[in-house]
Amino acid sequence: MPADATFGSLSNHLLVASMVAYSLAMLGFAAEFSFGRRSALTRVLDRGDSVPVRVAGPAPARVLVGSAGSESRSGSGFEVPAGSSGATSTLPAGPLPGRGAGRPGSEDAAGPPGRLGQAALALTVVGWAVHVGSVVARGFAAHRVPWGNMYEFSSMVALVAVTAFLVLAVRERVRYLGAFVLLPVVLYLGLAGTVLYVPAAPLVPALNSYWIKIHVVAAITATGTFMVSGVVIMLFLLRARYEDRVAAGRPAGVAALAHRLPSAAALDRTSYRVTAFAFPVWTFAVIAGAIWAEAAWGRYWGWDPKETWSFITWVVYAGYLHARTTAGWKGRRAAYLGLLGFAALMVDYYWINIGVSGLHSYSGV
Amino acid sequence: MTELTTERELTTERERVAGGLSTQPSPPPPAPRRRRQPLAAARNAWRQLTSMRTALLLLFLLALAAVPGAALPQRGLNPVQVADYFAAHPRLAPVLDRFSLFDVFAAPWFAAVYLLLFVSLVGCLGPRIRLHARALRARPPAAPQHLERLPHTAGWETEAAPQAAVAAARALLRRRRWRTDVRAEAGGGASLGAEKGYLRETGNLLFHVALVGLLVGVAMGGLFGYKGTRLLVAGDEASGSFTNTVTQYDDFHPGRLFSGSRLAPFAFVLDRFTASYQPSGEARQFIADVRYLPSAQGAGGRWRPYRLQVNHPLTVDGASVYLIGHGYAVHVTVRGADGRVALDQPVPFLPKDQNFTSVGAIKVPDARPAQLGFSGFLTPTTVATPSGLASAYPGLRVPRLTLLAYRGDLGLDSGRPQSVYQLSTGGLRRIQSKTLAPGQTWRLPGGGSLTFAGIDQWITVQVGSDPGNTPALAASGAILLGLVLSLRVRRRRLWVRAVPASDGGTAGRTVVSVGGLARTDTDAFAEEFAELVAALGRSADNPHH
Ligand code: HEM
Repeated sequence: MPADATFGSLSNHLLVASMVAYSLAMLGFAAEFSFGRRSALTRVLDRGDSVPVRVAGPAPARVLVGSAGSESRSGSGFEVPAGSSGATSTLPAGPLPGRGAGRPGSEDAAGPPGRLGQAALALTVVGWAVHVGSVVARGFAAHRVPWGNMYEFSSMVALVAVTAFLVLAVRERVRYLGAFVLLPVVLYLGLAGTVLYVPAAPLVPALNSYWIKIHVVAAITATGTFMVSGVVIMLFLLRARYEDRVAAGRPAGVAALAHRLPSAAALDRTSYRVTAFAFPVWTFAVIAGAIWAEAAWGRYWGWDPKETWSFITWVVYAGYLHARTTAGWKGRRAAYLGLLGFAALMVDYYWINIGVSGLHSYSGV
Repeated sequence: MTELTTERELTTERERVAGGLSTQPSPPPPAPRRRRQPLAAARNAWRQLTSMRTALLLLFLLALAAVPGAALPQRGLNPVQVADYFAAHPRLAPVLDRFSLFDVFAAPWFAAVYLLLFVSLVGCLGPRIRLHARALRARPPAAPQHLERLPHTAGWETEAAPQAAVAAARALLRRRRWRTDVRAEAGGGASLGAEKGYLRETGNLLFHVALVGLLVGVAMGGLFGYKGTRLLVAGDEASGSFTNTVTQYDDFHPGRLFSGSRLAPFAFVLDRFTASYQPSGEARQFIADVRYLPSAQGAGGRWRPYRLQVNHPLTVDGASVYLIGHGYAVHVTVRGADGRVALDQPVPFLPKDQNFTSVGAIKVPDARPAQLGFSGFLTPTTVATPSGLASAYPGLRVPRLTLLAYRGDLGLDSGRPQSVYQLSTGGLRRIQSKTLAPGQTWRLPGGGSLTFAGIDQWITVQVGSDPGNTPALAASGAILLGLVLSLRVRRRRLWVRAVPASDGGTAGRTVVSVGGLARTDTDAFAEEFAELVAALGRSADNPHH
């Protein structure tokens, strides 16, 4: 079937092209991260201190508006941060801030983003579009949804991770994440294209169900997003260590890398948000998997190794979310749970599919 | 925050749910717990168990407990692998086995962890539901003394009277589905407390309750369900039909409280099975064409056709029928030395590899004067290799049946159980071996013959009913809904205070101050707050719009 082969090789070439774009973008982000102005990188999320805000009030009158830092989240719920009373200031009525653009609390909402960073972002978008093309071509080559074996899963997971980064970058301006997300993405795609690669082929009957569209897409979406959350959690740990060392007046060591990152509290918030998005998606993936298992194998849950690890992953992430609401477990301990969850997810994806024989061993490797 | 005692955890929890706020004087600490010792100890243990931290530890323990279940082979899933493990690690395996590590999910310690977790869950849900129910009926909290200490604040002056300004704010907030409460204040002022996002806690409670529901659904399946398998040969009247009664199963697993009356006696027949493969030999499609008769129809009822496929089970009378395996059966006609037909039927062979090299045994107890037995293998696409015949493809391209014939006593009357796929050769004498193509007849030395008439297909079906399915599915839906609500909805509070301006210069004017507080995701609330303040300002100036 020459047409299929054409699409197949087109898909492969596009994947390589997208990897090149991602790699260049990664270098751009890394350069901006190292040499660019800090405020351009982390416009909104970096908010450790109380900062006055511009908020529109009724036109005719003087308006008093204030906003304090948002470090108040803790187990006891509504809490007022101590010493925030001085944050109110008098401001003239101004334009209403839109989402993402100069949101309250920006350290430097007016500063232009760095050129380098803009270029890197543009390259990432190009790489992303080419990556989408690669996935679509693969679907044409195989005459089915392009997520039927591990090579294809991996490509899709990387695509979701890049998508998640782009969404975050647009909504919250987190370009500082660029290099740190693209590095694992490129490595991941490299691994997928070499070790896991298999030519396009139809699905085995066990996978041939519309549930594959639902369950697998959910699992891939959750995994790609968890990947970003894992990256942010690691950055948080690095930054927390840096802050501790600086506070203690000790040399920062390796943690000095974190000096250009947003505050640990801001990173912590971002990681929570990303994880809190991924977790329900993962929950849905597990439930959809159970429904599919019921249709395919006559039982919705059988403690197959894949199911068991999905469960472990789910429980660990549930632990992470719980830890965030339990005072004694916040911060670093919660972060370690988040990383553990990601480790469990990777075991689920790779070790189980390749190393363990079970109903889910369809890697094709 | 420093170390929390469970007592304080509970108090803060109560505060949170009941609408307490740290800007208000906190409720008096509970009376010191100096009751009689054992009771106090029990209460304390219960508090410990139902605390969030214990829940967290148990959750973690549950994940840890599941790890050996994925890392080691499990009896319930793969008894053969467990046996292999025993053979490979003769010293270690019995030790592991003593700790139920090959039956993790049925192990007492695994049950202990999840039961403790669920006791903890139920224990902490009771008070939380009570408190939340109270919070739903409670008035939103009064405005704190110092609105300006809240994380989000705004203020302005207006010409409207304090009561009118507050009323306008109330109307606006109610339109936006905030819960509001107006209070008069000393000195002619008024204040408004408003709260929104109760759905967060509702969702969270729904999620936790649904977890318990899921466990109940799983337990129901384990107690009242059943599951069994049966092999059916396509197109064969005798071995291709099935009626749902216990004796018709090859293998039957009832739940602990299962009663036979739950089996609806529906029937079905396998007419044809088609398997297709990719050129590489990978499976492409399996289709089993069956006819079935629901039990309500009675014997004279109308048979309905169904295409049974992987991922497309047949549901009939509350039971589900799944296609779970397939293979080849060799149809043979065997005559004894006396010339009479002693066997004429398909004999299922078991597939042994990807290309469906299938092994089996043909037992002919009715052959006279002596019983006959054959053991051997079928190669669907036969190729010669240095080590003998093998199959190169799972489809029937060049099928050959290679058999070794025996004569003597099959040992079927000895009472010892035998596998249908193996001969027990103790009482048998080998005669000859031969490879046959379909249609060929093999005359045995010493009389008798075997005709390889053709090849049939067989499937194995799993029939089962799990009354926990629907509850478990409903609980899963509730889990998801509750989760989304509890992670997405923000609980937030807003206060508006309007007091007559005190300084002489602006007499007749009213000073309005607004304060806001969000429990989570304060970034997003900052936007909402700004937008609300703008709207409140407009409505205060034109209260009629
Ligand atoms: C099977 C065990 C459990 C699982 C899987 C689980 C899972 C979750 C999840 C995913 C959340 C949402 C987290 C968030 O809002 O960020 C949550 C919240 C919560 N859970 Fe659990 N939970 C379990 C058991 C328990 C138990 C035993 C307790 C009681 C001590 C408990 C108390 C809470 C509380 C109070 C919250 C609310 C946190 C908040 O919204 O601030 N959970 N749980």
